[in-house]
Amino acid sequence: MIRVELPAHLRTLAGVSGEVALDLPADGPAPVTLGEALDALEASYPVLRGTIRDHGTGRRRAFVRFFACQEDLSHEAPDYPLPEPVRSGREPLLVIGAIAGG
Amino acid sequence: MTGVRVLVGTRKGAFVLTSDGKREKWDISGPHFAGWEIYHFKGSPADPDRLYVSQSTGWFGQQIQRSDDAGRNWQSVGNEFSYDGVPGTHQWYDGTPHPWEFARVWHLEPSLHDPDTVYAGVEDAALFRSVDGGQSWREMSGLRNHDTGSSWAPGAGGMCLHTILLDPVNEGRMFAAISAAGAFRSDDSGETWRPITKGLRSETMPDPAAEVGHCVHRIAMHPERPDVLFMQKHWDVMRSDDAGANWYEISGDLPTDFGFPISVHAHEPETVYVVPITSDSLHFPPDGRLRVYRSRTGGNEWEPLTAGLPQDNCYVNVLRDAMDVDSLDSCGVYFGTTGGQVYASADSGETWSAVVRDLPSVLSVEVQTLP
Repeated sequence: MIRVELPAHLRTLAGVSGEVALDLPADGPAPVTLGEALDALEASYPVLRGTIRDHGTGRRRAFVRFFACQEDLSHEAPDYPLPEPVRSGREPLLVIGAIAGG
Repeated sequence: MTGVRVLVGTRKGAFVLTSDGKREKWDISGPHFAGWEIYHFKGSPADPDRLYVSQSTGWFGQQIQRSDDAGRNWQSVGNEFSYDGVPGTHQWYDGTPHPWEFARVWHLEPSLHDPDTVYAGVEDAALFRSVDGGQSWREMSGLRNHDTGSSWAPGAGGMCLHTILLDPVNEGRMFAAISAAGAFRSDDSGETWRPITKGLRSETMPDPAAEVGHCVHRIAMHPERPDVLFMQKHWDVMRSDDAGANWYEISGDLPTDFGFPISVHAHEPETVYVVPITSDSLHFPPDGRLRVYRSRTGGNEWEPLTAGLPQDNCYVNVLRDAMDVDSLDSCGVYFGTTGGQVYASADSGETWSAVVRDLPSVLSVEVQTLP
């Protein structure tokens, strides 16, 4: 299970109040990647399609960031393996709305 | 009971103002979609319970919200606005080619007849249509693929398709306006388009009478006389009597002919409203006095309407989609300001009062006259 923490506006859109749990294996044939986690998130909550990654290109939206285990994963490729503590559910993957605007 | 519902989009959410036919006491609900920019919020003429909202932020992009029960419940519908084919380029501010990139939906125009059909005007300028209540969107690319499309350039607010008018009399005729490309007309339900700019002059362009490049701010029509169009251009208030084929200036004795919104009285096709703004670099009313100007002669002769509006130290703006009218016997006129006030007049503009004073900056005002 992978835990994902969403920013407030996306929690409202998705209709969730806390963390989101994604049913992804901790120990599959290959480590779960950042892209696979986001795919699973959008599959579980279709309303989030286009809010984190652009439709079509799949690129991260400019003012969205991905953090985990005190590291910034925002610039990592979709095939970047998530850190083990995230894959095992001990730490969440954080989706962050960047500090910008008012 | 007959009444009105005023749908207000702001920079930080949507609000609904409801009143009976007297329009004296108001119920205010909101913010709905708090924290999001609501560029537009409009009801279906075919079903007043069907509402559409354009909801966006720079962080999380575009959402379209739909209600089937007059706003009691909402659902997010489709938010994928993909340009048809290989989008190509338009002109950027520095004159270089720039790829077409979707930014947001500026305007939603529900069909006059079918609650599930709705048009969307977007930035970068293009027209989309949904025939399934907003679940899916398809570009009507005949507009963007017009021969002139690659030369279109954004105005200061972005290259937005902000005005969509559906002709209730001439089947298949519709109008669109883009800042800063100009005005366009289709006579085949949006398949093909042609510029309708003859008579417009924009002195800030190398060729002031060029076919495209005019910064049209807003176009309005009276539904019973759709061949007559009124336009607030960046500068100049204009009129066409032949569905946009030819335009002539009707600024007349306005204190300034810069502004954004323009509306037509519900029962008097020759009565027109504008809100003069000082200039393109001073986006506030002249002399700090908020005045709606009304012409009862179809233009040229204008009278200031001030009763109930602030006449000193007022430095708000009124944006292009932020004025509308109701169709009660005594026509109501409504507008919202960048200072968060929504003003209403139940007597065609003779007197005004603020329905609410401290909303976030108002982006759009649409009025539903309820049976």
